[in-house]
Amino acid sequence: MAIFNLNINGKKQQVDVDPATPMLWVLRDHLNLVGTKYGCGIAACGACTIHLGGVAMRSCQLPVSQVGNQAITTIEGLSEKGDHPVQKAWLEHDVAQCGYCQAGQIMNAAAFLQNNPNPSDAEIEAAMNGNICRCGTYVRIKAAIKTAAGG
Amino acid sequence: MAIVKTTYGRRSFLKTSALAGGGMVLGFSWLASCQPTPEEVLAMPKEWFNINGFLKIGENGVVTIMSPNPEIGQNVKTSMPMIVAEELDVDWKNVIVEQAPLNTDLYVRQLAGGSQSIRQGWQSLRMAGATARQMLREATAQAWKVPVEEITTEAGVLHHKNSGKSAGYGEMAAAAAKVTVPKEVTLKEIKDFKIIGTSQKNVDGVNIVTGKPLFGLDYKRDGMLIAMIVHPPAFGLKLKSVDDSTARSMPGIKDVFTIQTFNDDYKKHMFDATAFPGLAVVVVGNTTWEVMNARKALKLEWEPMGEFSDTYAHFMTGALSSRKMPAALENTSEHMAKMAEMGAKLAKVARKDGDPEAAFKNAAQVIERNYSAPFLAHNTMEPMNFFAHVTADKAELVGPIQTPEYMEKSVAARLGLPLEKVDIQMTRQGGGFGRRLYGHFVVEAAVISQKVNAPIKLVYSREDDMTFGNYRPAYYATYRAALDANKNLIAFHVRAGGLPESPVAANRFPAGAVDNYLAEEWALDSNISIGAFRAPRSNFIAGAEQSFLDEVAEAAGKDPIEFRLELLDRALKNPVGADNDYEAARYAGVLELVRTKSNWGQQQPNVHRGVSAYFCHNSYVAQVIDLSIENGKPLIHKVHCAVDCGIVINPIAATNLAEGGIVDGIGHSLFSAMSFKDGFPEQNNFDKYRLIRNGEAPKAIEVHFVKNEIDPTGLGEPLNPPIMGALANALYKATGKRFYDQPFLAGKEVLG
Repeated sequence: MAIFNLNINGKKQQVDVDPATPMLWVLRDHLNLVGTKYGCGIAACGACTIHLGGVAMRSCQLPVSQVGNQAITTIEGLSEKGDHPVQKAWLEHDVAQCGYCQAGQIMNAAAFLQNNPNPSDAEIEAAMNGNICRCGTYVRIKAAIKTAAGG
Repeated sequence: MAIVKTTYGRRSFLKTSALAGGGMVLGFSWLASCQPTPEEVLAMPKEWFNINGFLKIGENGVVTIMSPNPEIGQNVKTSMPMIVAEELDVDWKNVIVEQAPLNTDLYVRQLAGGSQSIRQGWQSLRMAGATARQMLREATAQAWKVPVEEITTEAGVLHHKNSGKSAGYGEMAAAAAKVTVPKEVTLKEIKDFKIIGTSQKNVDGVNIVTGKPLFGLDYKRDGMLIAMIVHPPAFGLKLKSVDDSTARSMPGIKDVFTIQTFNDDYKKHMFDATAFPGLAVVVVGNTTWEVMNARKALKLEWEPMGEFSDTYAHFMTGALSSRKMPAALENTSEHMAKMAEMGAKLAKVARKDGDPEAAFKNAAQVIERNYSAPFLAHNTMEPMNFFAHVTADKAELVGPIQTPEYMEKSVAARLGLPLEKVDIQMTRQGGGFGRRLYGHFVVEAAVISQKVNAPIKLVYSREDDMTFGNYRPAYYATYRAALDANKNLIAFHVRAGGLPESPVAANRFPAGAVDNYLAEEWALDSNISIGAFRAPRSNFIAGAEQSFLDEVAEAAGKDPIEFRLELLDRALKNPVGADNDYEAARYAGVLELVRTKSNWGQQQPNVHRGVSAYFCHNSYVAQVIDLSIENGKPLIHKVHCAVDCGIVINPIAATNLAEGGIVDGIGHSLFSAMSFKDGFPEQNNFDKYRLIRNGEAPKAIEVHFVKNEIDPTGLGEPLNPPIMGALANALYKATGKRFYDQPFLAGKEVLG
C-alpha cells in the first residue's frame, strides 16, 4: 500500500492503495466516482475511458502509480453542469439505449474533438472503433459527434 | 370510445412504493426527470398524494409515474410512463419517472423478455392513467358542485366550461386521493393521443451523460464487501480441490470458501439455468482489485463431471422439462460434424401439408442448402453482478435482473425464507439481451451474503461473464425447395436442429403459402448451457430461411420481393392449413413499404442490395441492405427498414431500438462466435470475441413504421433476425458467393 495524491476533476484526492491498482478501481471503489465503467479490464472496450492530462486513456490499464501530477478528468468532471458540447449532442440525438458504455464513448469523443475539431466520417470511425456499444448505437454516436463538432 | 373495467384489487391502491416511502438510497439516482436539460429542474412538491400505485401527484401539479418493468436499454422507463401520462392527460414536462418496486399484485408482468413489456403493459398502463384522471374529475365535480360529465381536462388542468372555472391537478390531488376507485373508466380515442406517438427523450438521458450512479455495478452500501466467484473453467468439469493458503492472506481479503448455488434438492424454474451444478469458489474482500488479485492466487484443481440432468419448471405454466447434460469435454469441430450428420437424417415431423415426398420426387428442379450458426455469448456491457444483504430474517437484493419476480422466489426457496421477507429492487441494466433472465448470480449473491453475514456485491469479471454459458445455442438447418417445369414453387422442406434445441417455427411463413410443406426438427444434447438470446431461435432461422428464399427466387427467375409477395398473396387468399402463425397482409405490407422507401429496382453503381422480411415477437419487419466491398470488407452504406409493430409509443426511442437490432444482427452474423476445445471456451474477452465496431456499422439506417391503430407489439427483438438474411443476400450480389455459415467473416478480416 502507498499514499497517492491525485488531481481529479480539479480536486485534490488522496488514496492509500496498492500501487498497481488501476485508476478504474481507484475511481470506482475508493473515490465513489462510478461514472467510469468496467467493461473488459484489458483495454479492449473503452467503457473505462478517462482523460489523463487531456488525453483519452483506458483507466483499466493505468496503474495509479503512473499518474503522478497529471490531471485526471472523469465523466463526472467533464463539465460542471453536464453541458459539454458532446454531452449536449448526446442528449439531442438521444443516443443511449442501455447507457452503460456511453460515459466512455463521450470521454473518448470529447478528447478526440479537442484534437480534431472538424473530423471527417472516416476519422470519427477510426477514433471511435475502440469503444464498443453492445446495443448498437453507433449511427447516433457518429451523428452526435458531428453535431458537437458543428456547435 | 373504449370503456374498460378497472381490474386491479384494492390492495394495489394501498401498497405504496417501498422506494417512495422513504427507502431512498443515499447517492443513488432513482429519480429521472423528463426535462431535456439539467437546468430545467422541476420544483419538487411539498407533499405527494398517492392516487394509485402507478402515480402520485404533488400539490404543485408535478406528477410522479412509476415505471414498472426492468430497463435493459429498450427504453421502457420512458415509453411505459408515457402511456400512463397520455391517459392521465398531463403535460409530459411535469412528469418525473421512478423505477417501481417489484409488486406483481399491482403491475402486469414485471419482466423484460419476449419484447412484451409494451404489448402486455398497454392496457394496465392506460387504465392506471385513465383511472387517476377520472378520480381527479370526480373530486373536482364534488368541489364545484357540478356534474362530473361537465369536467374536462387538458394537459394537467381541469376545466368547467359553463362556470369558467379551472384548477390544476395539484390543487385537486388531495381530494382525488380520497375518491372511491371507479369500477370502469373511459380510455381516450387513439386520434386524441397527445403524448403517445411523439418523440420524448430518455428520462435517464441526463444521468447517463453525466455519469450518475444508475447501474447495478454502481450500487454501494456502507460496510459492503466485494465478492467474486470462480466457476469451472470448462463445461464438463467440476471442482476437485482448493488451495487458498496464499489468496486468503492477501491484502483486503476477508474470506475464501465454496458454495453450491442450488442445493441438490432445490426445485429449479427455467430462469435458474446454469451449467455448473457443483461447488464454486468464492473470494470476499474489501475492494474489487484486491479480490481480483486474490482469486488469481487460488490453486484450484478440476476433474471431469458425470452426466447430469436438470429439470426446470416453466415460469408461467409450471410444466416441467428436463435437459440432459452429458459427461463430456466438447469440441466445436465435433459439434459441426454431429449437426451435419443430424441434418442428413430424418427427424421429428413438426408440420406436414400435402405430399412433399411426391412433389420433390416429381420436381423439375430441387434446391438444397445447409446453414449453420455458432454459440454466442450475450456480452452485456455491464457484466453480471448483484448486491445482497441477507440477515437472519430477511434478504434485501438490488441489481440488474430481467426476471425479478422469479428470482425473488428462487432466493426465498434457496435461503428458506418466506417470500415476503425477500425484496429485489431493480437498477438500470447495462444491457440484457436475454442474459439477465437467468439469475443464478442473484442467488449466488444471496448465499454469499448469508455466509459472510454482511452486505456484499457479487461482481463477475468479463471473463467470468463470457465463459459462464447460458449462450445462444449453435444451430444447423437444411432447406429444400422443389420447382416444377414452369419454375413454380411446389414444395418446401425445412429440417433444423441445434445444440441443444431446435430453431424451427413450423407454422411460420412460408408455411401456409406452399401446397406441399414439411418441417422437421431435431436436437442434440450438450453440457454447454444455453438461454434465450435476443429473438431466440428466430435469430438464426430467419436469416437461414430468408437467404434460402433468395436463392429459390433466383432459381425461379423472379425478383426476390415479388417472389415473396406472390407467396404471401397465396397465403392470404387461399392459405394452406389452418395454423399459420402470421397475418399475410401485414407481412406483405412491410415488404411493399420497404420496396417503395428503398426505391427497389433502381441500380446504383457498385452498390449491391439484399432484402429480407420476417415476423416474430408479434411484429413484422422488412429490410433492404445496400453494400459494397471495399478492400475485401463489406461497407454497408445504408439499411432501409419497414416495421409494423402497431401503434408506436415513442418514435425516437423506437427508431433507436430498431437501429440497434439491425447493428446487432449485422455484427453477430459477420463476426461473433463462441467456440470450444475440450470443453474450454476459446474466447473469454473482447480481444478474442469479435463484436461489431463503430466503423463497421451501417453508415445510415432509415426506419419506417407502418401507421395503424393496432395495439402496440414488440420492438426489442424483431429487428434483429431478418437483417442476417438481407446481409447474406447482399453479400452474394457483391461477391457472387453465397454465405451459409455464420459468422460470415469467420475470423477472417477480408472476404476471400
